[in-house]
Amino acid sequence: MMSGRLVTLALRTYLALALLLVFAPIITSFIYSFDADKYAAFPWGGFSTRWYGEALADPDVAKGFHNTIIVAVTSALIATAIGFATAYTDYRYRFFGKNAYLALALLPPTIPAIILGLAMLVFLSRVGLSGALHSIIICHVVYSIPFAMALIRLRLGQMDRDLEAAAWNLGASEWHALREVVLPFTLPAILAALFLAMAVSFDEYAIAWFVSGFSETLPVRILMLLQREVSPKVNAIGSLVFIVSMTLVLVAQVMLVMRAPSQAAANGPRQGAGRG
Amino acid sequence: MVGTIPTTSATGGRRSRGPRGFALAFALPMPVWQTLFFVAALLFLIVMTFWSVRNFRVEPDFTMANWVKMLSAGYFQDTYFRTVWYAALAALVASLIAFPCAYGMAFKLSPSFQRIVASSLILPYFTSYLVRAYSWKILLTENGVINGVLGYVNLGPFAMTSNLFAVLVGYMTLILPIVILLQYFSLAHVDRRLIEAAHNLRCGALRTVIQVVIPSARTGLILAATFAFILSFGDFVSPSFLGNNKPPTLSILMVDAVKSGSQWPRAAVVAITMVATLLLVAFLAMAFAYGRKAESR
Repeated sequence: MMSGRLVTLALRTYLALALLLVFAPIITSFIYSFDADKYAAFPWGGFSTRWYGEALADPDVAKGFHNTIIVAVTSALIATAIGFATAYTDYRYRFFGKNAYLALALLPPTIPAIILGLAMLVFLSRVGLSGALHSIIICHVVYSIPFAMALIRLRLGQMDRDLEAAAWNLGASEWHALREVVLPFTLPAILAALFLAMAVSFDEYAIAWFVSGFSETLPVRILMLLQREVSPKVNAIGSLVFIVSMTLVLVAQVMLVMRAPSQAAANGPRQGAGRG
Repeated sequence: MVGTIPTTSATGGRRSRGPRGFALAFALPMPVWQTLFFVAALLFLIVMTFWSVRNFRVEPDFTMANWVKMLSAGYFQDTYFRTVWYAALAALVASLIAFPCAYGMAFKLSPSFQRIVASSLILPYFTSYLVRAYSWKILLTENGVINGVLGYVNLGPFAMTSNLFAVLVGYMTLILPIVILLQYFSLAHVDRRLIEAAHNLRCGALRTVIQVVIPSARTGLILAATFAFILSFGDFVSPSFLGNNKPPTLSILMVDAVKSGSQWPRAAVVAITMVATLLLVAFLAMAFAYGRKAESR
């Protein structure tokens, strides 16, 4: 009995250590973003917000941040719309070649981003679409569709199939039923998908690096900083990016969790009416 | 392509009167977008491997020169096998480090704790991998945090950057959380009655793990290792920033070919070789994962 408890304790300690290992770089980056020294060493050189000041004053960083926001928001909107349409198709229809259809939707993230970046650079420059913000947007949509689709499909799976059919029986057109029944039910997942897709785009550097040309996004700026010099600015930018990404992910999670009471209230009467 | 056989059994009388356009409006955007910008790009990358470069410009051609040149070059072959070896090593090390974690999560934590740990393992994927790799430099360099702490007990300094150890640490940053999660999902689905049966038959704890738990979770464990291989194989950041580009991996060769010469066709050869390797590895791993399982039943 004693040895069993010991094993449990050992496994839990090991798990805690592994989590510490996983979070060590994130914590380090945060701590050293406040380090006064230029060359990060141990122990650190005192508290300073100098690097945040420099990061925020850097016009390239500001430009990169601005570009990142445009790319993230636009690509998330497109990817979520396409992701919803794909998830709904998968939910409602059966057709020849459906497995290939779904593979096409889910495949992109399994190809290393750096190869995708090269492929897209080569292709987009051939058709005259490379080297601008819209190039990054196009590629990030390809990359984000699977995430958006998966989240929305999960939510659709929880929907009672009779709900939509009931709306049709009561005279609603397909579009009408979609707007009044399916969209409200999947709204939390749609919002979650939107934020998740934004978070994915917000951190993506490999594809953006290849296709962006002179329209750098923030992750590409970080990559450039890392290649050129030792710069604690990277820690400051990283911590700011971390806070933005975490906010996006947390909002996405809250959206998914919050749905329960509000959805029950929203769907309760409608469901009753549909059945009656 | 899109026949509409509704999966609902309900009698949607209005539906048949509705325009066909409805189904197409939902079914078509994804294949159109992914074919235009994903499939076409990958296919064009294959075409690019047969083009040639004249006066620093890429020109349409049909030549095997790029393939011959790259595949016969000693540095390419060395780099190829090195990259395969690094990725395989990373997959193995990650699987070994992750297993006790996943096991502890699945069997020694309450469900609510399992959920907390699982979601905290997803978090790192939403932080910048670049910044995390850079942080490891702060931790690992000669006068970095780890050597600083070790210095207090008169150890070191140890050389922990620009070598295989540093590259592996970088790979772990990328793959360890996902390997733990995938292993955890497969262990959580192991039939508890099998384990109880083993205990009742006086099978020791360790033997139960090796002879009962691992075989039942086999498919998931192999899937996790395959993911680890794929991610490490295509990674550019760890070998470049933590390994200091020396020795290079395939992704570094590819980036160099694009960024420092306009050798797009050669970069395309490297990329297509990588994709072919990954497809082969994924195929072999799946055959191994599912084939052996069927055999043991």
